[in-house]
Amino acid sequence: MSTNNKNLSRRAFLRNSSLAGGGMLIGFNLFQACKPKVISEPAIDLASLDYKDFNAFIKIADNGAVTIFSPNPEVGQGVKTSMPMIVAEELDVAWKNVHVEQGILDTENYTRQVAGGSQSIRFGWDALRQTGAAAKQMLVSAAAARWGVDPSECTVSEGVITNAAGETLGYGDVVNDAAQLEVPEDIKLKSPKDYKIIGKDAANVDIDEIITGKPLYGLDYKEEGMVYAAVVRPPAFGHKLVSYDATEAKAMPGVMDVFTIGEKLRALKEEVPRITNITSDSDKIVVIAGSTWEALKAKEAIKVEWEEASKAESTADHDKILMDLLDGNKFETQRADGNVKKAFAEADQILERTYESPFLPHSCMEPMNFFAAVTDEKVRLIGPIQTPEGTAGFVAQMLGRDPKDIHLEMTRIGGGFGRRLYGDFAIEAAEIADKVRKPVKLVFSKEDDMEDGIYRMAIKYRIKAGVKDGKVIAYHLKEAAVNSNMYGLIPNFFPAGAIENYQVDTASYNSNITTGAWRAPYTNFLAYAEQSFFDELAEMMEVDKIQLRLDLLDKVKPEEDERIQYSPERMKEVIRVAVEKSGWGKKPDNVYQGFVNYYCHNTHVAEVADVEIENGEAVVKKITCVVDCGIVVNPLGAMNQIEGGVLDGVGHSMYGELSFENGRPTATNYDKYRLLRMREAPEVVTYFIENEHSPTGLGEPTLPPAGGAIANAFKAATGNRLYKQPFANTPELLKAPVKEIIG
Amino acid sequence: MPTYQIKVNGASKTVDVSEDTPVLWVLRDHLDLVGTKYGCGIGQCGACTIHVDGTAMRSCSMTMTQIDGKSITTIEGLSENGDHPVQQAWKEVDVPQCGYCQAGQIMTASAFLAQNPNPSEEEVKNAMHGNICRCASYTRIKKAVMIAAENME
Repeated sequence: MSTNNKNLSRRAFLRNSSLAGGGMLIGFNLFQACKPKVISEPAIDLASLDYKDFNAFIKIADNGAVTIFSPNPEVGQGVKTSMPMIVAEELDVAWKNVHVEQGILDTENYTRQVAGGSQSIRFGWDALRQTGAAAKQMLVSAAAARWGVDPSECTVSEGVITNAAGETLGYGDVVNDAAQLEVPEDIKLKSPKDYKIIGKDAANVDIDEIITGKPLYGLDYKEEGMVYAAVVRPPAFGHKLVSYDATEAKAMPGVMDVFTIGEKLRALKEEVPRITNITSDSDKIVVIAGSTWEALKAKEAIKVEWEEASKAESTADHDKILMDLLDGNKFETQRADGNVKKAFAEADQILERTYESPFLPHSCMEPMNFFAAVTDEKVRLIGPIQTPEGTAGFVAQMLGRDPKDIHLEMTRIGGGFGRRLYGDFAIEAAEIADKVRKPVKLVFSKEDDMEDGIYRMAIKYRIKAGVKDGKVIAYHLKEAAVNSNMYGLIPNFFPAGAIENYQVDTASYNSNITTGAWRAPYTNFLAYAEQSFFDELAEMMEVDKIQLRLDLLDKVKPEEDERIQYSPERMKEVIRVAVEKSGWGKKPDNVYQGFVNYYCHNTHVAEVADVEIENGEAVVKKITCVVDCGIVVNPLGAMNQIEGGVLDGVGHSMYGELSFENGRPTATNYDKYRLLRMREAPEVVTYFIENEHSPTGLGEPTLPPAGGAIANAFKAATGNRLYKQPFANTPELLKAPVKEIIG
Repeated sequence: MPTYQIKVNGASKTVDVSEDTPVLWVLRDHLDLVGTKYGCGIGQCGACTIHVDGTAMRSCSMTMTQIDGKSITTIEGLSENGDHPVQQAWKEVDVPQCGYCQAGQIMTASAFLAQNPNPSEEEVKNAMHGNICRCASYTRIKKAVMIAAENME
């Protein structure tokens, strides 16, 4: 396979230079499709080079050693392993000889140095391959020139170039010559059938450090002279600081200072309206101490008076407000095909159901934290962040600094799930560091994390379908959500395009509770609602549940509607394989199955849940998951993402719930907030559809279908439909029918 | 502040902290052993698991008074070169996603296998039930513990 990519200017994203100490460096802009950017600076020993245009680098030393700088935050999704694998494949070096380093962020103008939306591999795929291939072509040209032969006579294997006469040169032997060459215009890429690294299992590049407990995470970062900060936050949403007395706290061991922050953040929010909802407007009280424990303990000794500045809301309020929205007519229409109203009037059969979900915290294992050091010369920020660029920009703006003064380093991240897209903790750390003028590490307690989160919002869906002459003629989905609604192409996911009269309407209620993205935003609940509904629709129509989905897919014509990005053919294939691999319809009588097919994050997925009755209760035993994510870069890592996504979906639909009472979450730690644990984790069996499509997202798309698959299997086992998450809250609906217990 | 003598990973250490300081924070902030993780602080998640005289304990919920004079092993001291059979099995299976909870998982598993070298799958699930993995790498944790058990024979 060769590409010309006429729409890309090679120079726009590739540059070559020789290294002072010997060797070559190729810089590339991973996201070259975005507008040209100017500043970036690698972390290691490359600072002296005039290399300002790129956000990722390959360094080849004259001993042949290869270092690849991975630009995107590593949040557990495995990109620190899989992105460099793609470069190494086209570069044609042995994976075991590649050393991977986390790249850093500089202050300005990165393009997409983000972990979110399951997009790192999808967007990086072309640039990563072309960069590896370009470097290889230059190395081969250098060797060919030395031998006086044509480059086409040379072959490469694992960093060794061989000519027709059988002579060999290693990359290290010719790298200094290659560094003098222009980057080639015509880059030839490998055919997938020749891949030696892509498609083979590679272990996590940080595995040795993880299993031996080396410092990797933000909370592990430490430097000379660093102090610790803990923050007293409003006890409830809507509350504001009136006054406080820190006399006792200041006398405690290790406590150095107590002061308030909030003023600078409020000023920033005035300038940047889109961050107004990431944290409260109240002042917060900061304790500075010599250790984490001393800081956390001193918080408890501060006497504080708060006032209810805006209504402290409760879950009962939200339930009523969202139901009223669904019953009302204050909707914004996201997509409308045909005329649903007219079609419902003509229908022979109507089905209408409402589905409900609670708020969810992200529950990252590593509590929020960030290191900040502010001097007149610069601002240093170090820690776990999914959006380094945006956060550095906010800090610069808040402190009135030149963006070039901000130096941000990303640590490995102890779980994100969307929470670390919001840089509130880093901004807070910077405001603290600006006041204290010492290197400082801000640490959230687990309770701070849960009580002052940016939660998955509570949502309710109402879905109505009309059937005439055995065909689905109308489909109307209404969404009522706290703070914000579905966005992007979500209103155009299946069954959009399959039903003539189709409408998606959304409405929201503005709460003072902070909400935001949570792994697979909106679809994490929508998939369960819609897929439960399809099952019930098939029951009403007395047709086969899978056949109903296949018949709908037959009607979809993506070529006629650019908003429809799922492929009916790829969807049918995951359905076919899931039916086959799960033993659908062929299971013994004690196994009850539930089926879901879904598309999000550009990936097609089908899941089948197997439920069995144990001691009179329905228990999820196994999930069969079939995934079409195009070429699988690292199957070992990909399966880990899939297993994790499926179990995350199972766990949160079974147990996840954060309720509010007078502005306070009713659970503040894992004693009351239930996460999936080992004994409740079903077996997950994964199958990939093998094809040569470019890779698509994998961190999120297996999560949404899981809730629907188990809900449909529970219905098969118990006869009960589940309309409200979490399912474990209604144990009576998870019990086997009486005949089952007697029989 | 009181002074405590503890043995950590075979070395004697003297620390000078207030008596209610959890062992977790002594390890992390005073002894620079950051492999032991802070997850919940109330003994619910297991990220802070260490061995105290060979038994798996939650370091976030133990004070220095409770371990004075005892011998502690942390993830950093589980083996000389990261080659404890449990660590090796973790590597073989490629267990971690974000990896944050894994030191605690490994410490729980290694103490469990020392007591029960031939566990059934059910016993492994029960032993590991107290350790939360938010990324839900449970399938691989279970597999790795079974492999480690086999390799320890």
